[in-house]
Amino acid sequence: MVITDSLTTFGRYCLFISKVFSIPDRWKTFFKRTFFEITKLGVDSIPLVIVISLFIGAVITIQMQLNIVSPLVPSYSTGLATREIILLEFSNSILCLILAGKVGSNIASEIGTMRVTEQIDALDIMGINSANFLVLPKIVGFLIYMPVLVIFCIFTSFLGGVLISIFTGIIPLSRFIYGLQTMFSEWYVWYGLIKSLFFSFIITSVAAFYGYFVKGGALEVGKASTNAVVASSILILLLDVVLTKLLLQ
Amino acid sequence: MIEVKNISKSFDGKTILHGVSATFYTGKTNLIIGQSGSGKTVLVKSLVGLLRPEEGEILYDGRDVMKMNQNQVKELRKEIGMLFQGSALFDSETVLGNVMFPLTMFTDMTPAEIKDRAQFCLERVNLKGADSKYPSEISGGMQKRVAIARAIALNPKYLFCDEPNSGLDPRTSILIDELLSDITHEYNITTIINTHDMNSVLGIGENIIFINKGYREWVGDMHEIYQTTNEALNDFVFANDLFQKVRAYVVSHEHR
Repeated sequence: MVITDSLTTFGRYCLFISKVFSIPDRWKTFFKRTFFEITKLGVDSIPLVIVISLFIGAVITIQMQLNIVSPLVPSYSTGLATREIILLEFSNSILCLILAGKVGSNIASEIGTMRVTEQIDALDIMGINSANFLVLPKIVGFLIYMPVLVIFCIFTSFLGGVLISIFTGIIPLSRFIYGLQTMFSEWYVWYGLIKSLFFSFIITSVAAFYGYFVKGGALEVGKASTNAVVASSILILLLDVVLTKLLLQ
Repeated sequence: MIEVKNISKSFDGKTILHGVSATFYTGKTNLIIGQSGSGKTVLVKSLVGLLRPEEGEILYDGRDVMKMNQNQVKELRKEIGMLFQGSALFDSETVLGNVMFPLTMFTDMTPAEIKDRAQFCLERVNLKGADSKYPSEISGGMQKRVAIARAIALNPKYLFCDEPNSGLDPRTSILIDELLSDITHEYNITTIINTHDMNSVLGIGENIIFINKGYREWVGDMHEIYQTTNEALNDFVFANDLFQKVRAYVVSHEHR
């Protein structure tokens, strides 16, 4: 039963995505809406990204310093380990899990409310491909802005580590910065950016899917929003394993 | 003119519409009435293509919707205006933005022309000075008028209204009815109104189709309805004392 339901949902998702990825009725409107979505989903997420990255960067630095206490381990290891954690996992996977909550619930509730208040029916009756009109700008907009958020996250996390070094003296700043620069692999940045693009697609498309097919009223919109966040979080984690295996091995 | 021939529609094995046939005339206010769950919303949704009947024909001036491909349906929809029960205005757009929306999407008019046309439509529904307000900032009656303005912006040939008076006070309901009736005659539109409101039935019903338990039970106009002997229709329309008294009065005066 669970397998049948999952397959049915996946089939509906594929049909929905095929409807989303069709040629927009008006390119001008599409670009205008995409720009709007970049602002709403991307730019408006910057404060959250800054706050979380700053604190997590600081916490990782403290934890690394406290746990790497062996005299055999060089003091710059704290910076190195902090960098690797941020580049490999935090700035993409964990960031996207957090954004799945913010952006995903926003999209699911917005589209779900449009469904229950018949706004989507109104678009359909006008002869507009509602899935394409509403969802494609969100997917494209968030996809375009995701790398910016990832880069922002990386630098703000490093800043968190730097600030904790300066204000607590837990590690000399020069050692921490030396650690951040030591044995740097550029590919890890690309790896994080590639993963984040896949995750951003999951966040927007899964949330839109749950919102688009809401039936009922406000209660169902809330449920759809929760389901969207849960489903996209699980998919992000699953895809994280697959992409890590493919890109790092 | 829209003709419906023997359409049937089921959900999960339960038949909601049983071979319904009806004709909706151009330049007239065509009303679909019936109790809740009688199938009238399913009929309207089938007419506008939101649902696909299992059998039957739906002819828009001779063009069978059931045989149209996706592009043809898309083109047909540009000739359709629809007024939803909850108005279905776009929350993120202002009043003016809502009316301009179909013009922006489907015409090659300049921004100035689009704005002029939208303002004309808003004036036509007697709505001035609310251009920059958002749907949440205006009353239910005003929202209905904005929805009508949006529906007529593209000069539709067919106008569908799903319970246009629901949630409105009696005075505003009458204003909306009069507006729909005026627009229908002025622009020679085929207007189809799905309603429960007996004031609408007796006030603007030029062609009334009564749906009961998925069957088309009665067809007539607002004058003929007083004389009906159909039991289900009598129970539905003249359910309360006021309307029974109105009928008694009208019938007695017609006999004089």
